[in-house]
Amino acid sequence: MRWLTSPATETQVTHGQRLWLYVLSVVIMILLVVPTLIVIPMSFSDSQYLEFPPETWSTRWYQNYFGSAEWMLATRTSLKVAFLTMLVATPIGVLAAYGLHASQVAFVRIAFVLLITPMMVPIVLIAVGAFYAYVKLQILYTVTGLVLAHTVLALPLVVIVTGAALKGYDMSQEQAARSLGAPRWRAFLTVTLPQIKFAVVTSALLSFLTSFDEVIVAMFISGGDNPTLTRNMFNALRDQIDPTIASISTIMVLVTTGAMVLAQVFGQQRK
Amino acid sequence: MWQAAGPATGKEKDRVLSTANTQALPISVSHVTKTYGAVHALDDVSLEIESGEFLTLLGPSGSGKTTLLMVLAGFTRPDHGSLKFGDREVIRTPPHLRDVGMTFQSYALFPHMSVAGNVGYPLRLRNVPKAEIAERVAGALETVQLGGFGERRIDQLSGGQRQRVAVARAIVFEPRILLMDEPLSALDKKLRDQMQIELRSLHEKLGMTTVYVTHDQREALTMSDRIAVVNHGRIMQLATPRDLYEKPANRFVADFIGDSTFLPVTRRGQQIVFEDQPLNHAAPAPEAPSLLLMARPERIHLLTGTPQERMNTFEAVAQQVIYQGDSYLLNAQLHNGEIMSLRGAVRQGTVDGLPSEGDRIRLGLAPEDTVIIDGRES
Amino acid sequence: MQAADTPQRSYETPVPSGMNAAGLRRDARLERLKLFGLSSPALLLVLVILVIPVGWLFYVSFIGANGQFSLENYERMITRKSYARIFVTTFQVSLLTTGLCILIGYPLAYFLSQLPSRLASLCLITVLLPFWTSLLVRTYAWLVLLQKRGLVNDWGISLGLWEEPIKMVHNMTGTLIGMVHIMLPFLILPLYSTMKSINRDYMNAAANLGASPRRAFWNVFFPLSTPGLFAGSLMVFILCLGFFVTPAVLGGGRVIMVSMQIVSNIELFVNWGAASALGVVLLVLTMAILWIASRFLRLDQIAGGGH
Repeated sequence: MRWLTSPATETQVTHGQRLWLYVLSVVIMILLVVPTLIVIPMSFSDSQYLEFPPETWSTRWYQNYFGSAEWMLATRTSLKVAFLTMLVATPIGVLAAYGLHASQVAFVRIAFVLLITPMMVPIVLIAVGAFYAYVKLQILYTVTGLVLAHTVLALPLVVIVTGAALKGYDMSQEQAARSLGAPRWRAFLTVTLPQIKFAVVTSALLSFLTSFDEVIVAMFISGGDNPTLTRNMFNALRDQIDPTIASISTIMVLVTTGAMVLAQVFGQQRK
Repeated sequence: MWQAAGPATGKEKDRVLSTANTQALPISVSHVTKTYGAVHALDDVSLEIESGEFLTLLGPSGSGKTTLLMVLAGFTRPDHGSLKFGDREVIRTPPHLRDVGMTFQSYALFPHMSVAGNVGYPLRLRNVPKAEIAERVAGALETVQLGGFGERRIDQLSGGQRQRVAVARAIVFEPRILLMDEPLSALDKKLRDQMQIELRSLHEKLGMTTVYVTHDQREALTMSDRIAVVNHGRIMQLATPRDLYEKPANRFVADFIGDSTFLPVTRRGQQIVFEDQPLNHAAPAPEAPSLLLMARPERIHLLTGTPQERMNTFEAVAQQVIYQGDSYLLNAQLHNGEIMSLRGAVRQGTVDGLPSEGDRIRLGLAPEDTVIIDGRES
Repeated sequence: MQAADTPQRSYETPVPSGMNAAGLRRDARLERLKLFGLSSPALLLVLVILVIPVGWLFYVSFIGANGQFSLENYERMITRKSYARIFVTTFQVSLLTTGLCILIGYPLAYFLSQLPSRLASLCLITVLLPFWTSLLVRTYAWLVLLQKRGLVNDWGISLGLWEEPIKMVHNMTGTLIGMVHIMLPFLILPLYSTMKSINRDYMNAAANLGASPRRAFWNVFFPLSTPGLFAGSLMVFILCLGFFVTPAVLGGGRVIMVSMQIVSNIELFVNWGAASALGVVLLVLTMAILWIASRFLRLDQIAGGGH
């Protein structure tokens, strides 16, 4: 118990005096993580009622999910849309962030605010607006429409993450490359881009997840031949607690965790 | 485009850098003006830099010296003016086609490339064959005394080594002009002194026209053929280090370079007088509305016996003596209240024999050291 | 104009003043255009997919049932009690969620900021994992946990804390639990980074000057952490105002927020005017709050703080 009386700060507050803070924090951290993770064992329950711990284990809800043409179609749509969103949002977002960073025009701030509005405007409004626009453009219930809308939602993240990386990057390196004979585009590709690649990869992952997790816009503009997974999940949730969703949730948690680990590994390599 | 500017893609056999294959270019700056809003960063600057010259732009921060260097490199686009490298007008040429070597204050080495990757970068851009790149990179690293460092990562290098890599990268493609932006400001004093000598001898070896930016007057005096003192976007004076120190054009230059005591003087007929005392001065006084006597502390004598003929003498009261190791500083108050500082070398016993506070003393200034300058700030 | 200008200028500074001036101006314009052009695809997309349609909703909100200009969509909001209740609920939920997030999030952020950096980044995973996990999955998890035969009720009864299953879902309680869980990372992350940047010397200086640890915390640390607290709370509040999924699932129709009413106006009643008017009010409220906040904080800091 020596630890309790040892100082926790340079002002000699002891760990014992801070014990309440440690206990409280650990409880909060458990509450943050456990509700999401507890779905994983529950998804292997044999019962309709998702008990914990499950009395009998089974994979019937996974069979249910993988055996359902409807869920499979939705999963395929979601993956396709998320992947395409990543491919569209990342390059145009990175270019926009670079353009705004490098140019010293007065309306750069206005352009920046415009690019992050998708984050500020209530998402329901974006959904309703896109629904209306897509009826006019005749791209309702299409992959193209979904990708465009999700790209708009992902752009603020790409611009902010990449913009922050550019702020921490010494632009005189690009000047050095140019003084050594590289045209601007080549200086960007060979000198700047390799150094902000971590931010670019993070942006890409965020774009993917933004699209993959998105519910409300998908509720309005996905459907027909192209329903998204989240749209179907949401509709199922409103009706009753379908244990199949526990198995889908488990898969989604694993995908997310995988992406996070990937980002971490990549971040470690950078150092 | 760059082939036109130099022998960068030449096929010379011996690729170790030497004076032989570098031909310097003169630089001609005329009427370059750059304004940011109401601020004149550069105010109608004209400057001729000779071929092979080592010219330093010296000035306080915000004076416009870096802006001028950025104009030479092509990163700052002036409002108007002309810039010629040799006969070629380059004011509208983008940076990557100017073929000037440049080192940056932060070095701007690429952390994702090795030392050899950095130094070879300009050659790869110019599509130099691989084998030749290796050879020339090795040669350039040899030139900056970093032979064998090619495989190192940038973050494994010390500050001084980074500085050398930056120089190697800037000279490897044999530009005929080299620009250096405060290259030594991040180094500690000892290393800085050593690098000053090294850069200077490198310049003598390679012979390219070099424009060097610094705010350190001693560095400028040590290294340069000529110094341009810059302030408020204008060139205050362009002269050799010696002329700059001995014959500053105005009070700003005199104040910025070296220490001095300034005494207000007036013109009375043919004579220059200080407090009714006519002064003997070797060089003629400038025509200016206000005049100052500039007295460098190390040129002032502490008189004991009869002064030499024609030496100007000043009655004063000694104040404190400041011991500085190799020299001492004696402050003395003249009868008009001005403080005059005198610097002397410390030899065995000198400090003990100095006057103590309150003693009446006489200070002497030879006519050659009695410099009358324009009293205006610019 | 031109003719009158030229001689005057050349009078002020002799001949070479205009040297290359026109060409340099053209180069500068071209470069600006090129650099700015890089952001044009992104800007165009936001314009077409977001700005123009939302602008159209703005217009529709002023069109009455008869197709003429009318304020009836806005009048309805004032005259009908049910609409007033929706706005009250929305603010209630948003304020309560923000308040609870501050109460829970501040101690945790403080705890994290005091840890040695390796341990801190390990603990931060507990904040980042839910942050990255699908909102729908987390809402679903709470639905499962809080339902009548759910885990929380099971454990509560078996531990003897309560006897009958308590209704914790499909009401305000469930909504708040879910919302707080989802919003916490948005508060903690900016708060944590602000706290990290507070120099420990400040606390040492306060102690040296005679402040007890408690006084030093309230007089020095807390005021310095307020920018992060403010940014995080603002983010949480703004997100709550427009929230849909969690209240829709966990509220079970008993907690109706503005965005839910917008959706049902369109899905059930196909009333674009009413939906648009609600949307416009929601947007104006959000923007007004952001505008007021931006007078104290920089917008990109708020946005950047969350990620």
